[in-house]
Amino acid sequence: MIDEELVQLLTPEGERITHPDYESTLDGDEVFGLYRDMVIIRRLCNESTSLQRQGQLALWAPVQGQEAAQIGAGRALAPMDFSFPSYREHGVAWCRGVPPEDMLRVFRAVTTGGWDPQRYRHSVPTVVLGNQTLHAVGYAMGVQRDGAEEAVLTFFGDGASSQGDVLESFVWAASFNAPVVFFCQNNQWGISTPSSVQSKIPLYHRAHGFGFPGIRVDGNDVLAVYEVTKRALESARVGGGPTLIEAYTYRIGAHTTSDDPTRYRIDAEVEVWKHRDPVERVKSLLVREYQIKNATFDQVATEADALASKLREDVLAMGRPDPISMFDHAYAAPHPLVDEGRREMVELGISAGTS
Amino acid sequence: MATTTMTMAKALNEGLRRAMEKDSKVLLMGEDIGRLGGVFRITDGLQKDFGEDRVIDAPLAESAIVGTAVGLAIRGYRTVCEIQFDGFVYPAFDQIVSQVAKLHKRSDGVYTMGLVIRLPFQGGIGAIEHHSESPEPYFAQTAGLRVVSCATPNDAYWMIQQSIEHDDPIIFCEPKSRYWEKGEVDIDTPPRGLFEAEVRRVGTDVTVVGYGSSVKTILRAADTAAGEGTSLEVIDARSVSPLDLDTMARSVQKTGRLVVVQESPNTASVGSEIVAELTQRCFFSMSAPGLRVSGYHVPYPPSRIEDDFRPSVDRILDAVDRVMGFGG
Repeated sequence: MIDEELVQLLTPEGERITHPDYESTLDGDEVFGLYRDMVIIRRLCNESTSLQRQGQLALWAPVQGQEAAQIGAGRALAPMDFSFPSYREHGVAWCRGVPPEDMLRVFRAVTTGGWDPQRYRHSVPTVVLGNQTLHAVGYAMGVQRDGAEEAVLTFFGDGASSQGDVLESFVWAASFNAPVVFFCQNNQWGISTPSSVQSKIPLYHRAHGFGFPGIRVDGNDVLAVYEVTKRALESARVGGGPTLIEAYTYRIGAHTTSDDPTRYRIDAEVEVWKHRDPVERVKSLLVREYQIKNATFDQVATEADALASKLREDVLAMGRPDPISMFDHAYAAPHPLVDEGRREMVELGISAGTS
Repeated sequence: MATTTMTMAKALNEGLRRAMEKDSKVLLMGEDIGRLGGVFRITDGLQKDFGEDRVIDAPLAESAIVGTAVGLAIRGYRTVCEIQFDGFVYPAFDQIVSQVAKLHKRSDGVYTMGLVIRLPFQGGIGAIEHHSESPEPYFAQTAGLRVVSCATPNDAYWMIQQSIEHDDPIIFCEPKSRYWEKGEVDIDTPPRGLFEAEVRRVGTDVTVVGYGSSVKTILRAADTAAGEGTSLEVIDARSVSPLDLDTMARSVQKTGRLVVVQESPNTASVGSEIVAELTQRCFFSMSAPGLRVSGYHVPYPPSRIEDDFRPSVDRILDAVDRVMGFGG
């Protein structure tokens, strides 16, 4: 995996290494903060998988293995920046302040959105692969026209990188010098399809062909992800145009709870990646460099457990929506067919009335 | 007559296998269809038996799956494209509507677009967004395409083979909620032509037409209605474009009443077409206007409430009551 062009500031053993272009700017408290984020999001993810196994969620898309990529990128965003996720960016949503229970509403199958995207400056999930990258470019073109010093960060994966929308978004971002950063989590697998089927060259090399910089970062190194993303966003905010970041990482779990990865990949590969665990890496650094004690790590684990318990309670409390809610927000203005549907549902006794 | 019991998923798998054995020009292409056997396992084992050149694991791009199938068709191959879910077909919409549907015409008949686009469609599996849609009206509206849907394992087995052999492009809609239901498959004789409707239950009072997963729901409604003294004649349209209007008209001329069931919304739908055509043909035989029982005019809802969006037995019976009570 070690690629000389891969930006890495922390080895898999948690030892700092120098890079000619990047250095970590974070102090001990900030590094600890990233560790805490990663522990919490992993714990919430595991709780969500359990909830799905127990029939409380329709589906879950695990994030395990990709915590550093998502937390590093999420924490690099400035408050006024805007992010456009795919459907697995639970770590980024956490960084943006989206309440965990809101992340699970889609997976509880009680909504198709889940949170107020303007409030958290984090858009709603996009399930159709790559669609959101064009939205990000358009939003960035708006930022540009407003003369605002904001950047846009959009997420997609190695699978989606084959979609026309993603490649068209590269063309547009380059043509208009849009203040957007493309964050590709190359987790090596698009369901059963290895990333080598999507690209014969390292994905970040594609950016050069479109006329903007591409960079590959160790996606399991939260310090490197943070610095690389932060610099790309800073460049975008001041007219530097787009950047493609390829966070080289691994999907430890299944594509979703509907998937069985043992059908298409070997355990040995998973084991290799488990040794590059993003959370353990930072923990080693915290122990070695900042003398963080076990009691402190235990506190984080306890905090994560409490959040997981609360998440479980919140999910179990999410009842079946009143069916008449399906008519809400189908249109912004009154529509006769929507009114007719509402009327029929009440007449049939499916719902008592307006929600 | 040799019959065997299998699920619709297995019947499709066997139908694809037989088509590939018969014609070495038949290829399969789609996301995760090879090693994994597709997310619904419809192509399970086919890559192992026919090789990676004939069962192609595609890079993740639907427009490219269909667009390259066009090129393969020009070169003489018959490609069966798998679109993983209904709601993922739209990136390929341009290729389907602008190229697949029109190239035979544009080439003055030189190009034959003998390709099949398999589309797991309709809801009922408790999925998240884009996994439960009914996009067939978009394709039914497009001249140059044919659109069919299987409702039983036997039809799945035969219709997929008939579609592959057909020289026109076919949108093949598979009711994913019925993939795991078993039925008898006659492996010697096809039941009927690809574009013919089938009367699934003979009745006298109301003709109820549907396709895909709706057929079974209608049959359940017919059981209930029979208990209440109303006799439903149930027609499985099988082909959505072209429609077998002769079979439907014969039924409506007999019953005088028509209800059409579909999961897509009403507007510009297959049901609208059926009601309009049959009203034109059977006007003087009809004792009530034809009704449609459809999905509502809203985006497909979160699956916790999808059963109140999809036509249910109750909603079908309500429509039956209304046509029975009309004018009375």
